[in-house]
Amino acid sequence: MKPDIKEIVRIMKKIFLLFYLLIPFSAFSQEDLMKLVSDSNEVFVRTATFKARRIINGHSVETVGKNNLDFIISHRFDRLNRGFEDFFGLDAATNRLGLEYGINDRFMIGMGRSSFQKVFDYFTKYKLIRQSTGSINIPVSVTLFGGYAIRTQKTVPKLSAFNRSSYTAQILIARKFSEAFSLQISPALIHRNRADIFTDNRTVFASGIGGRMKLTKRTSINGEYNYVLPNQINDNYKNNLAFSFDLETGGHVFQLLFTNSFGMTERQFITETDGSWGSGDIHFGFNISRTFSFEKKKKVNP
Amino acid sequence: MKQYLILVAFILTFNFASAQNKLYSSNKSDVSFFSKTPLQDIDAKNTRANSIINLSNRELVVRIPVSSFQFKNKLMQEHFNENYLESEKFPYATFKGKIIEVLDLGKPGVYSVNASGILTIHGVDQERKFSGKITVTENTLVLETAFDVMLIDHKIDIPKLVFKKIAEKIAVNASFNYIPYKK
Repeated sequence: MKPDIKEIVRIMKKIFLLFYLLIPFSAFSQEDLMKLVSDSNEVFVRTATFKARRIINGHSVETVGKNNLDFIISHRFDRLNRGFEDFFGLDAATNRLGLEYGINDRFMIGMGRSSFQKVFDYFTKYKLIRQSTGSINIPVSVTLFGGYAIRTQKTVPKLSAFNRSSYTAQILIARKFSEAFSLQISPALIHRNRADIFTDNRTVFASGIGGRMKLTKRTSINGEYNYVLPNQINDNYKNNLAFSFDLETGGHVFQLLFTNSFGMTERQFITETDGSWGSGDIHFGFNISRTFSFEKKKKVNP
Repeated sequence: MKQYLILVAFILTFNFASAQNKLYSSNKSDVSFFSKTPLQDIDAKNTRANSIINLSNRELVVRIPVSSFQFKNKLMQEHFNENYLESEKFPYATFKGKIIEVLDLGKPGVYSVNASGILTIHGVDQERKFSGKITVTENTLVLETAFDVMLIDHKIDIPKLVFKKIAEKIAVNASFNYIPYKK
């Protein structure tokens, strides 16, 4: 028995020797090189939390890219419960035409004109924090929104420009949980210099919540709800609720939507929505946004 | 037995030391691509790529973070990441290969080289062979190469609607500046 064990030990030693000799050569296989090549300073910014600059009615954390101009055409048709005679509301519509421009990749300005109450709106958005992973880990994106809107429709009695004005401030906080799912919370403060119902608060606190679920690379289902904190406005006003189907083709984003509000500015859809989903006061509508780039064409050097 | 151990130890340290000294890693890189179509020129540049060359066996790896490609047109950049390269799912484009020619890259000079290996883009591996130029000076190495990537080879789908805007073939230029690898 003894010689056998010795023999085995000798063979093992030889094997170990061979093994040790081989280690240095295999120490830097391609896989190991791949590990060495990693960059610890890498930061991955989460982009495209939402496709469009709107979730549906409300703003999303997205801003227009630098030197890009977005042209947005939005329509809201009349209520579905108008029935067949008015072709489920399609006989009447309001629209908003908007232009939005990116000063840089974080800061944008925009303006729009709505046919409903002939509102002109002006706003600015600033992307304060971008969600990222890697060496800088930030769980959410935060965008600040500030807007001003003025009604220009003639009224009796006549109102001063001051009394027709309203202001909106919002903090848009969003997280892209996965490639397919994003969620945003948007606390809002809306101030009307003069409310339509004089018992209403002129300054209204609300919070929106909105999300996106991607169906394919280019389509998604969006939902949005704007909750007005209690005891601020008349009970006849309802909270805004909307759903949309989004389709993106390079440069265009189409949003086909259902909502219970006619207006498309913050004052209108957050504080003055009178439609109720329960009684069928649902408006079909769409937003179409088209992006134009004004980057100078760079010469390609071969 | 003792002699064996000493020999082993000697070979070990010698090999480790030499293997270590022959690793060169990139401290500067520039990877750019462009495509030209009647409707639109597309070009993008990435300076965040990393590469390592092992001079002892001429093995070479390159790792390019896809989302670091900078486009002039930001909308194009978003489409590139979201729809074409799907950079959240496939964050890196990589190349794992070996320089075919048996060269001593420790000696200063300019060498024409060919490398063969696996190019991975959009999660799809392709066996490729690239030619390039390596300029060796004291303690630095510069690698320059240019090659084409066929979108179809890497299962990058371009919808018919925008097909005319994007070429099926993308020309890539890359240059890496290497210095001895330090931990």
